[in-house]
Amino acid sequence: MMENEMITKTYREAIHDALEEEMGRDADVILMGEDIGVYGGGFGATAGLLQKYGRERVLDTPISETAFVGTAIGAAVTGMRPVVELMFSDFMSVCWDQIMNEAAKMHFMYAGTLKVPMVIRTAAGGGTGAAAQHSQSLEAMYCHVPGLKVVIPSTPYDAKGLLKSAIRDDNPVIFLEQKLLYNTKGQVPEEEYLIPLGKADIKRPGTDVTLITYGRMVQMCLNVAEWLALDGISAEVLDLRTLSPLDKEAINASVSRTGRAVVVHESVQFGGFGGEIVSTIMEGDAFRFLKNPVRRVGGRFCPIPCSPELEKSVFPTPERIEAAVREIL
Amino acid sequence: MIRMMRVNRFEEAAKALFGKGMVHGTLHLCVGEEASVVGSTAALKEQDYILTTHRGHGESIGKGADMRAMMAEILGRASGTNGGIGGSMHVCDLAHGVIGSNGIVGAGTPTACGAALTIKLKKLQDRVSVSFFGDGAANSGGVLESMNLAGVWKLPIIFVCIDNYYAVSTPVAKASADPDLTKRAIPFGMKAFEADGNDVLAVYETMSEARKHVIRQGGPCLVVLHTYRISGHSRSDHNCYRTEQEMEAWRAKGPILRFGNWLEENGLFSRDEINEMGAAVDREIEDVVSWALKQPYPETDGLEDMVYV
Repeated sequence: MMENEMITKTYREAIHDALEEEMGRDADVILMGEDIGVYGGGFGATAGLLQKYGRERVLDTPISETAFVGTAIGAAVTGMRPVVELMFSDFMSVCWDQIMNEAAKMHFMYAGTLKVPMVIRTAAGGGTGAAAQHSQSLEAMYCHVPGLKVVIPSTPYDAKGLLKSAIRDDNPVIFLEQKLLYNTKGQVPEEEYLIPLGKADIKRPGTDVTLITYGRMVQMCLNVAEWLALDGISAEVLDLRTLSPLDKEAINASVSRTGRAVVVHESVQFGGFGGEIVSTIMEGDAFRFLKNPVRRVGGRFCPIPCSPELEKSVFPTPERIEAAVREIL
Repeated sequence: MIRMMRVNRFEEAAKALFGKGMVHGTLHLCVGEEASVVGSTAALKEQDYILTTHRGHGESIGKGADMRAMMAEILGRASGTNGGIGGSMHVCDLAHGVIGSNGIVGAGTPTACGAALTIKLKKLQDRVSVSFFGDGAANSGGVLESMNLAGVWKLPIIFVCIDNYYAVSTPVAKASADPDLTKRAIPFGMKAFEADGNDVLAVYETMSEARKHVIRQGGPCLVVLHTYRISGHSRSDHNCYRTEQEMEAWRAKGPILRFGNWLEENGLFSRDEINEMGAAVDREIEDVVSWALKQPYPETDGLEDMVYV
């Protein structure tokens, strides 16, 4: 692609642009959520959309997650394409029944007679000092429920292309926006593009070890890969981008080439999504190419504390990732 | 009258099949509530949406769902409304506006608001969304949140509370700080309607009024129908929370008996004609059961392929 066709956007702008474009393309796309209108959303991603598309399509909701997520489900079933903003992914527990027992199950339970084309956008992850109830990464919980798709972009480019695909998808999609990434910048094409759900992306090719990760840990893994390169170690960084459905082929293809894998995620390591990634390797083609056991680097088994040093200590650090790589070289 | 008899005989037939061990799962029957479910759905139009409860056979029949396919569903057969996937608690028939019945108490109410939102945004004429729920669900957060949301957004929805006296075993007075459930409308700026849920004509008239009100005013309303569940809550119910005398008194006030007497007293139908209606419905339901029993069970392959569109 030529240089002049790309423009620099923040992750927040990329999400905003995806919403704006899809609303322009399809009149059935509506937005619902707390303070998404005049206020522009908890993290500013919907700024200006009320002015452009009006009150009927940008709906400020009461603080009633069960009601408005459920309302989005009912609207989706009857012909709309709602995109719900849930201010923090931690609030998923408040409306989890609607998501787990209704949205995820309706297509199956009602034998394919209806579909639930909706997206739940929500700010996830820590690093902001927002403490135990506003910092979690609960993707393992969402992925455990058949019927939901789970997307977690790491760059502005991916965020825009994946959100547009999520809005056009006929299934309920949980779209996890990483709080610490909203202000990060990246190149985004000027013309329209889509990124298919369920496809991982090699963010950096390598030959000695695969760092399998997603979300804001992708950048951390890229930094670690730079360090390792100084010592002649070639690390591949595989960004999963979509966790459900999982791109098992990409995982196995990469690890088959490198023979080593470190799985990195911010969420609590115990019972985390990393276990599924490791199993994908153990049960897949890559197992017979493994030169050493697979390592996981995840969050500590505790709620997320507030104080800066405390908070930093619960998440993976570049040092911990590097150490895990060196252990299996 | 025939519709109420259908609901009654359908439920009794399902119960009999359950007694013979032919129903895999549970059953929540609405015997005693026939006037509420039939009178309310009779006041609706084909294009109206309904969301029903775990005790939803009656409303679905009232809305026009195919009884053969429903019975097949209860029996877990491939020709059921949901191909045997849903069972008794998840009967759906979108072609008749039955978005689905729901196993989580009160959880269908937000969905009904969503259908109402679609009606509003797409400016669909002469159409409402209806959320059926029980006296038990009247205390659940999702129902109360939905009433507020519908009030704020002026959604064309009728909240129909079928107060059938007991939430499993807990009577309204023990579960609701104020047992007058019509007052739930007040804080949300809704008009409340109320009717004797065992009087099919009163239910029909009240529900027709409510529907008119929603369409004219462009906002929600609440309808409370007072009835009595003669059926046990489910298969595990031993009726240990009520007396035989109490049930007998309500049987004597049963909606089918009552409406039959009214038809006879007003010279509309003779007792013989009413009995003949009952006999015809019996034959119809026998046919439903024998058809359903002949249907094959679904294949177990490919379930994973049905999870996503």
